[in-house]
Amino acid sequence: MSFWQAVLDPFHYEFFQKGLAAAVMAGALCGLIGVYVTLRGMSYIGHGLSHAIFGGFAAAPLIGVNVALGAGVWGLASALAISAVTRRKRIGADAAIGVVTTASFALGVALVIKFGNRGPAFDAALFGSIIGVSAGDLLLLGGALVFAVAVFSVLYRAFLFATFDPEVADVSGVRVARMDALLMLVLSVSILATLSIIGVTLVAATLVIPPVVARMLTDSFSRMLWTSTGIGAVCGAVGMYASYHLEIPSGTTIVLTNALVFVLVLALTGGRTLRRTAGLDDHADIPVPVGAPV
Amino acid sequence: MTALIDVSGVTFGYGGAPVLKDVSYVVQQAEFTGIVGPSGSGKTSLLRLLLGTVKPGHGTVTRAPGVAVSYVPQLETVNWNFPVTVEQCVLMSRASKRLLPWATAQEKSDVGSVLERLGIADLGHRHIRELSGGQQQRMFIARALIRRPTLLLMDEPTSGVDVATRHEVLHLLDDLNRDGLAIVLTTHDLNGMAAHLPNLVALQQRVIAYGPPREVIVPDVLERTFGARMEVLQHLGMPVVVDSSDLGVMGAA
Repeated sequence: MSFWQAVLDPFHYEFFQKGLAAAVMAGALCGLIGVYVTLRGMSYIGHGLSHAIFGGFAAAPLIGVNVALGAGVWGLASALAISAVTRRKRIGADAAIGVVTTASFALGVALVIKFGNRGPAFDAALFGSIIGVSAGDLLLLGGALVFAVAVFSVLYRAFLFATFDPEVADVSGVRVARMDALLMLVLSVSILATLSIIGVTLVAATLVIPPVVARMLTDSFSRMLWTSTGIGAVCGAVGMYASYHLEIPSGTTIVLTNALVFVLVLALTGGRTLRRTAGLDDHADIPVPVGAPV
Repeated sequence: MTALIDVSGVTFGYGGAPVLKDVSYVVQQAEFTGIVGPSGSGKTSLLRLLLGTVKPGHGTVTRAPGVAVSYVPQLETVNWNFPVTVEQCVLMSRASKRLLPWATAQEKSDVGSVLERLGIADLGHRHIRELSGGQQQRMFIARALIRRPTLLLMDEPTSGVDVATRHEVLHLLDDLNRDGLAIVLTTHDLNGMAAHLPNLVALQQRVIAYGPPREVIVPDVLERTFGARMEVLQHLGMPVVVDSSDLGVMGAA
């Protein structure tokens, strides 16, 4: 099989066309939001939220609720529960995430085992799948991408300020608490939208690897946003082809493509740029606003 | 003189014992004041009250209408690996209601002007980690100035910087103050910083003394503020604090 055959042949199948479109959008979305997630030290929250959403994914069909809606509400409720526990400062954010999200994931597994899987495929939710991407999935992904791009464009400076220096941003007119809540909302929606393509167990990698690679390639925040989004999209596309040809779940191949890009950039730059990533994700803490301005 | 912020009879704490008790202090227009005191004396809390990020348990903090306050954080608290250039850092504090993320020609011109004023015009495209200590401090002052403040609040501006940088920062702040900007900063550096400022507030939960250095840097005030006896010598018309233990060593030598 020639290179062009390998590239063009899969397009004969509608499921692949939809899968590719979904993977590119999912990769771009995770790459974009991943910049904020890693710079604010929230990647563990992304990992936890994706597991928490799995609980809603399993429970929603059992009580006759739309899967996307049920999993979304469940994920947001988990995020708020983590936030509430952390703000009381009795236990740390990492411990709160460990308790809330893994319990939610375990509940999801228990429900599926006990009552059977009545929603989308169990394996697809765990590891992602290119088969069965519906028009509704594409619409949800497209909507999430437009929402994220709109939020980060209109509030570009406020998000940059709140990410770099929340304390000073707070006294300079930026409503940091609202920015954090909005970031959690965009993150929850993004994880939900990418669930069927990348899978809950692997989504954290697509939130972390593109921004880390982008950080290795640039010192500019705006270029990091573009680069990370681009890397995510390209890795989504390449991963989808790999999934098709190798018959391996798409989440796995997308994450492995991301990892390969990381290794390549590391090798090409001789590790010189790795120190730039030193400040990334150096604390797994829910951002707590300093206080409301008078 | 016009009062910018009036702190009146304020008691404040973080849930437990109060860190500030019955503190009254008025920030006047174009004043240049250092708040001195040991760790835990309430310096940062007083700064936060002036900033408005915390509210007093008792008493009032009144800000005059139209007063714009900018804040410069400690250099030691900054993530220097953050992917941001000097221009991007300065511009982030400029509020924008535009729907597009990039800067307007006017904003770029404003950033150029403020960097020029602070002598770092040629560093706009550098990453923040590539700056010297003095340049880093100038960049954050530029970020504060682009909001056109009437009052600049700074937390330990010379903490962790070398002697040359400390002189650089002091001269820069003096110039800005001469142009009419009110500046209030916290410092624990009595000889290197506080003695060179026009006004000092000695703080130990309460305001122990307020006035020029020759009235505040005196043994009695220092003992009540820092809880230890310190000797004060005069050198070129400025007070120099000498730790009693240093005198002991000198005496023995």
